[in-house]
Amino acid sequence: MALLTSRKTQPKYDVIVVGSGAAGGQTAYTLAMEGAKVLMLEAGRNYDPVTETPMFETNHQAPLRGAVTPDKPFGFHDATVGGGWEVPGEPYTNASTDPQRQFIWWRSRMLGGRTNHWGRIALRNGPYDFKPYSRDGLGFDWPISYDDVAPYYDKVEMLIGVYGTNEGMENTPNSPDGVLQPAPKLRAGEQYAQKHGKKIGLPIIPIHRAVLSQRLDGPKLAAKLHPKNLAAQRVLIQAMSERAACFWATDCGRGCSIRANYQSTTVHLPPALASGNLDILTDAMGYRVLLDEHGKATGVAYIDRQSRAEKEVYARIVVLAASSAESVRMLLNSKSPRHPNGLANSSGLVGKYIMDTVGADLGGQIPALENLPLHNEDGAGGSHAYAPWWLYQEQHAGKLNFARGYHLEFGTGRRMPNARTGSRMEYLTGGKYGVGYKEDMRRYFGSFVGFSGRGEMIPNENSFCELDPTVKDKWGIPVLRFHWKWSEHETRQAKHMQETSVAIIEAMGGTASAQPKKDGRDAIITGGMVIHEVGGAIMGTAPRNSVTNQWGQTWDVPNLFITDGGTFVSNADKNPTLTIMALAWRTSDYLLEEMRKGNL
Amino acid sequence: MNYSTDLPRPDRRTAIKWMLTASASTTLLSSFADAARSTEAAPVTGSGYGTDPRLQKTYQPGELWPLTLSDAQRVTAAALCAVIIPADATSPSAAQLHVHDFIDEWISAPYPTQALDRPLILECLKWIEAEAQRRFSRNFSILTDREKTAICDDVCFVKTATPEFTDAAKLFTRFRDLTAGGFYTTPEGMKDIGYTGNMPLASFDGPPPEVLKKLGLL
Repeated sequence: MALLTSRKTQPKYDVIVVGSGAAGGQTAYTLAMEGAKVLMLEAGRNYDPVTETPMFETNHQAPLRGAVTPDKPFGFHDATVGGGWEVPGEPYTNASTDPQRQFIWWRSRMLGGRTNHWGRIALRNGPYDFKPYSRDGLGFDWPISYDDVAPYYDKVEMLIGVYGTNEGMENTPNSPDGVLQPAPKLRAGEQYAQKHGKKIGLPIIPIHRAVLSQRLDGPKLAAKLHPKNLAAQRVLIQAMSERAACFWATDCGRGCSIRANYQSTTVHLPPALASGNLDILTDAMGYRVLLDEHGKATGVAYIDRQSRAEKEVYARIVVLAASSAESVRMLLNSKSPRHPNGLANSSGLVGKYIMDTVGADLGGQIPALENLPLHNEDGAGGSHAYAPWWLYQEQHAGKLNFARGYHLEFGTGRRMPNARTGSRMEYLTGGKYGVGYKEDMRRYFGSFVGFSGRGEMIPNENSFCELDPTVKDKWGIPVLRFHWKWSEHETRQAKHMQETSVAIIEAMGGTASAQPKKDGRDAIITGGMVIHEVGGAIMGTAPRNSVTNQWGQTWDVPNLFITDGGTFVSNADKNPTLTIMALAWRTSDYLLEEMRKGNL
Repeated sequence: MNYSTDLPRPDRRTAIKWMLTASASTTLLSSFADAARSTEAAPVTGSGYGTDPRLQKTYQPGELWPLTLSDAQRVTAAALCAVIIPADATSPSAAQLHVHDFIDEWISAPYPTQALDRPLILECLKWIEAEAQRRFSRNFSILTDREKTAICDDVCFVKTATPEFTDAAKLFTRFRDLTAGGFYTTPEGMKDIGYTGNMPLASFDGPPPEVLKKLGLL
């Protein structure tokens, strides 16, 4: 079994997994390593980070010095293929024209999906994050607790490699000893923020990111991850031996040809393929779940993007892992006379309660960081530090005017110049040009710090998606129409983010580039822009209040599962990818057990 | 390294490419020739690089879409680049590094952000030339450094510019920003500004002691 360049699938599989990113990668990995025969469908093209990643290419080598364009909205060298905020020929729509009520949707069309370019920030949800309703009466509780997921966080962290430290902070869980990789030293600006953050009570600690700071100990980890499965251990030891440690250069958003960071294509898929139990079909756009006369899933209908033909593949079990919104779209497009509102939708909740992460940004300039002796600050291709939410007690005591927390990410230092370097410096230079301007640029380069608040959104009735009644994509598949509305919990939180950013900038002796917005609605960035969309197929305790049970198994179709962020009941400030993987592994274990028992 | 500025742009390879494209239509060919002679820029043509471009490749201005500045505009742009970022003991000038080619690539690009900059940059070049003629009755590029500075000093800062120069100062500001972006992304510019990364290291040791000391972190 392999990457199906022949495009010839087997007559039947144990499991079809739709999607190849964090959810699909983890699901296919766990199932294939434990012996299930799996077919993975990926809508985009085959993609090989080892040969395709632009590792050391500079902006000088790129069109427009690498600047963002509608074709490459995160810059020319960003890993994303075939997508961005818009995918050619595959639109989505918004129900409202109100700028405050827009949702934008980042997609890619490539093997490994968005894991190829993500920020690699890998934070665990804490105990509060699974029981938010119990804590403040808003939103919903998950049907599971932190203790149910913790073993899977351990496993995922050991498999993919996550650097960080255990700080023992409230609702910011430690990992067991020996699970995390050593955290890289903090950069100058990060250490400076850490020291001066204390003045305003802002704790700045090493962040957790899915980057190898040292090589993985394959034999030890494989034995822990696949006890009693020698074949899986052998495959994993080999795969881990092929991953290098970070060489402290190049932005992770480009992907990583030495496989030092996590992306599905370098971490999940190679061992899953090597197990001999996984077929991958790329350019296969799944759009409908097939059912038999008893209402059981039998497979998936897809568009072969190469031949444009409609085709079908079959399996005992179907897993949707296409990203929360794309999986919702498949369920809604699987409607039939028997399921007029879409599949697995007897609750009417498919597409409901979609969430993104709240975002607000603000930067500044720090005189103390000017003219520092030159040194290489590239580091691990992303941040080394952040401030976790630190006001749980104040919030719980009702001292804040918003209900949920956020963390603060930030960037500092002399990073590779881009097309904006040297721009808008008049407020510092007084409009200089000539030799004096060059001198000023040497002085100020690396003295800027940018803060980004990333916070929890509470699910609400006004944020959902449905099928657009008229618009179809170039394949003839109905597209999603989004409805979006922030509540005051989010907009006030966004305002607080900017106020905190100013406070830390000033604590560092610096000047913020702007004043915080007086109205949080002007501070908050557009829905979807943080690319943490989850929900739409929430899990729960009963068919009436949810789309799936705690295992991501749809109540209505027992052999149909969802392992992407669709099942999220809340969207903690912690970036969702690590939790998506932990839950996908947990679902896969359950699925394997049910198969063994003959229940599926 | 030789930082020749006397070569007329576009370079030969780009020009040939244009000619090949243009030869499909004699109308286009004549408009190309007209544009090169005239003081007006050619219209933007061509399409973007799409959502799956080759990333491991070095691109040259003019390779993906035709450049559009006229010869006269290019001369003005190069001269202005050299005033904004001149050569000094550390690095060559923006003109020596052909940053005006980047600016031409930028304003000739078939993308919305760049389309917004296009009228600003074209207007900036037009204003600079008109001002050189008004004050000194010569082209900007052949003015003395002192004469060039006399013009630029009036438009280098929107906040302090006198009302008659406010609009021109906005144009100059955008030109300076693009010049900086073009300059500091070159290998010479990256070195000048103090970027020492983009090379593999065996370990990441954090900031050196002298940095920590300066920041009061030791």
